[in-house]
Amino acid sequence: MKPSEIIALLPYEKPFLFVDKLFSVNDEFSEGSYTFSTDEFFYKGHFKDHPVTPGVILTEVMAQIGVVCLGIYLIAQENTNLDNVQVALASHEIDFYKPVFPGETVKVVSEKEYFRFHKLKCKVAMYNDNNELVCRGFISGMLKNLSDGA
Amino acid sequence: MTREELIQSLKKIVEPYVQDQEAFQNLSEETDFINDLKINSANLVDVILDVEDEFDIEIDNDAMEKMLSVKAALDIIESKLSS
Repeated sequence: MKPSEIIALLPYEKPFLFVDKLFSVNDEFSEGSYTFSTDEFFYKGHFKDHPVTPGVILTEVMAQIGVVCLGIYLIAQENTNLDNVQVALASHEIDFYKPVFPGETVKVVSEKEYFRFHKLKCKVAMYNDNNELVCRGFISGMLKNLSDGA
Repeated sequence: MTREELIQSLKKIVEPYVQDQEAFQNLSEETDFINDLKINSANLVDVILDVEDEFDIEIDNDAMEKMLSVKAALDIIESKLSS
């Protein structure tokens, strides 16, 4: 399955789609990027007169690229009909190292820990344009393909 | 391993994922992981993975779908251990 096909299947849209590019996806790994435009909705309030990307949004970017994109790829290995993939966040434990400001591009790298009984757990890290570690940790989600009754 | 020893091992495994502590204190073979202990579906997967590690067995999808109560879990662990 090609990266463009995976992005097309994501169950998100603006202003909550946080995947611009998927560089590579395979059975064990996914890597992609997102560029924060200067007028993202959350900069208005986080913080007053001092826009910084919220940690929950960074976590969301890591979850979309690292868990959902990888999960769709893995589900596609076993299913042909992917019209109704349901996604839920299960847990996350993230440490933050650098702030991300409006206009920055971040790269997400994710490694599969396991995918069993619909639960995908990944070790995920995010880097900024200078290749500095922004945040890293573990995220897991439940991914079910309802079209196949699974 | 006796049935009682199995229950004690299983209790240790499920404890971190339990929401309803009172149901956990009164745990019996009839206790249901989701309805009684209020374990969520993601953590139920963790329970199964921990059971695999603890008893060195492999749980397949069919067995996983049946492992919803203490009794069902014990039956599956016992049958895997004896096979």
